[in-house]
Amino acid sequence: MLKDSDRVFTNLYGAHDWRLEGARARGAWDGTAALIANGHDWVVDQVKESGLRGRGGAGFPSGLKFSFMPKEADPRRPHYLIVNADESEPGTCKDRDIMRHDPHILIEGCLLAAFAIRAQAAYIYIRGEFFREAQNLQIAIDEAYAAGLIGKNASGSGWDFDLYVHRGAGAYICGEETGLLESLEGKPGRPRLKPPFPAGAGLYGCPSTVNNVETISVVPAILKRGPEWFAGLGRPKNTGNKLFCISGHVNQPCNVEEEMSIPLRELIDKHAGGVRGGWDNLLAVIPGGASVPLLPKSVCDDVLMDFDSLIAEKSGLGTAGVIVMDKSTDVVEAIARLSHFYMHESCGQCTPCREGTGWVYRMMQRMVGGDASVEDIDLLWDVVGQIEGHTICALGDAAAWPVQGLIRHFRDELEQRILARHGIAKDAGAPRAA
Amino acid sequence: MSGESRKFEFSPENMERAKAHVAKYPDGRQASAVLPLLDLAQRQNGGWVSRQAMAHIAGLLGMAEIRVYEVATFYTMVNLEPVGKYLIQLCRTTTCWLCGSDELRDACADVLGIGVGESTADGMFTLIEVECLGACVNAPMAQINDDFYEDLSAARLKEILAMLRRGEQPPTGSQSGRQTSAPASGATTLLDSGSA
Ligand code: FES
Repeated sequence: MLKDSDRVFTNLYGAHDWRLEGARARGAWDGTAALIANGHDWVVDQVKESGLRGRGGAGFPSGLKFSFMPKEADPRRPHYLIVNADESEPGTCKDRDIMRHDPHILIEGCLLAAFAIRAQAAYIYIRGEFFREAQNLQIAIDEAYAAGLIGKNASGSGWDFDLYVHRGAGAYICGEETGLLESLEGKPGRPRLKPPFPAGAGLYGCPSTVNNVETISVVPAILKRGPEWFAGLGRPKNTGNKLFCISGHVNQPCNVEEEMSIPLRELIDKHAGGVRGGWDNLLAVIPGGASVPLLPKSVCDDVLMDFDSLIAEKSGLGTAGVIVMDKSTDVVEAIARLSHFYMHESCGQCTPCREGTGWVYRMMQRMVGGDASVEDIDLLWDVVGQIEGHTICALGDAAAWPVQGLIRHFRDELEQRILARHGIAKDAGAPRAA
Repeated sequence: MSGESRKFEFSPENMERAKAHVAKYPDGRQASAVLPLLDLAQRQNGGWVSRQAMAHIAGLLGMAEIRVYEVATFYTMVNLEPVGKYLIQLCRTTTCWLCGSDELRDACADVLGIGVGESTADGMFTLIEVECLGACVNAPMAQINDDFYEDLSAARLKEILAMLRRGEQPPTGSQSGRQTSAPASGATTLLDSGSA
């Protein structure tokens, strides 16, 4: 378990003052200018050494991402830092807590990360529904300007830095980094073809880096406590602290900051009061937000919560939104709900996703009632495979993976429903399509 | 779209706010302000955006009207039809569903007599189902206008709707009395310094 002295998010639940004075008492804005005095590349190198991987879902090494930015800022093509606060991955509600309860650690992180990539302006793109969170964030930004922490000669560092909040208006796809950039430019949030990547041509065609809220918020702690501190938490290549959101059929759903690589069972038992009805009542867990395949109980028994262990189980850490389902769950309906989500959120520009997500949802609805044939399970597997990897952005993959996880681990359940619907006992043989 | 004949112009206060939004973006990039301006217009216009409002925004930002319309139709929070005084957005995605969102929908049908996508005849309430609102550890939940109501039960939602009907402001956030997203029986971390 993470020691209290290693915690970064010490006001996660908002029990204390979230404004500047409270944040300062918790260590925010302490020695910021001295960190900046070490230079752009020092900041990038420290983040690289810490092993920090992006907390928005993809897990890309953050220091490496920073280093993709040009080393000189061309005044005609200013650099931008974009913070992805469009938190919309089902099961995930961690960035919300940072923004409403500890916005100053995010703002200090913005200054430091922007300095690292030679950006003098940053936009925080926050999902429109987080209206109150955006209010807190704006109040904190105003406080930071008034105290000289950001703006001209930010924190007395000699670096000029402006920070803006931009509210979205309801579109999951704007959490995809180039969909976000399109939206920020005042257009529908349709993801762009890559390359070019944002570091080459991002916001307004200028070099840009897009990072998740939690990623940016741990940068100050890494620089202040040292990269070896961060790298000492978790396992190699899976380092640091991590916010987990534990929802669904647990006795005490909650957000919690833990050490990367904590066993899933320990996470649930220690912080979320255990599975409803006890561990043996567990059916399955979606460990990293809606997009990652579910894990049956047998895997949950000892899997570790980090990037590499979950990949090894054909799932993923994603956003660390842990959705717990006990044995009372209609697991087919649970995944069908996610298929509905992807159908609703497809931006529509790629045919496999636009047409495929609707088809998959309709087929999943039939699977819920067993109104299908056993061959339809194979057809479903085949169709999601044709969406996966055939679209501009990862939404197509995300629509495919939960269904693949369901078929991989609960094929029996799907078959039984089909047989029951047709009034056939399982061992009497399956109905085949005519 | 209804209300075709309504004229729309930002109020002087909203015009100031609109200018402040435009100032956040570099010169020549004022189209970036289209979402904030649509939000302002929607608030001024009683919860929805008319064609006239879109035309007004297009004029202010130097955009073709069709571009504003394209944006307005892409984002779910922009309402292109009038909605009730209270817009109830009920989360239907997996975690909220696991925790009982169907009962919340039934509670709305019970007390308001409306289904998903419908409004009460008195113009007070509109009910819609939406996808995950990012408060899953406090499921099930609903957003009503700008506020989240979390850890809901059907009974509590009925009380909230009754309060709104009486013109009272219900307490927002968790309805079960816990500290935001902490475990219900109290934080499991930072125990020395009080709850985290
Ligand atoms: S599933 Fe309802 S808030 Fe996330």
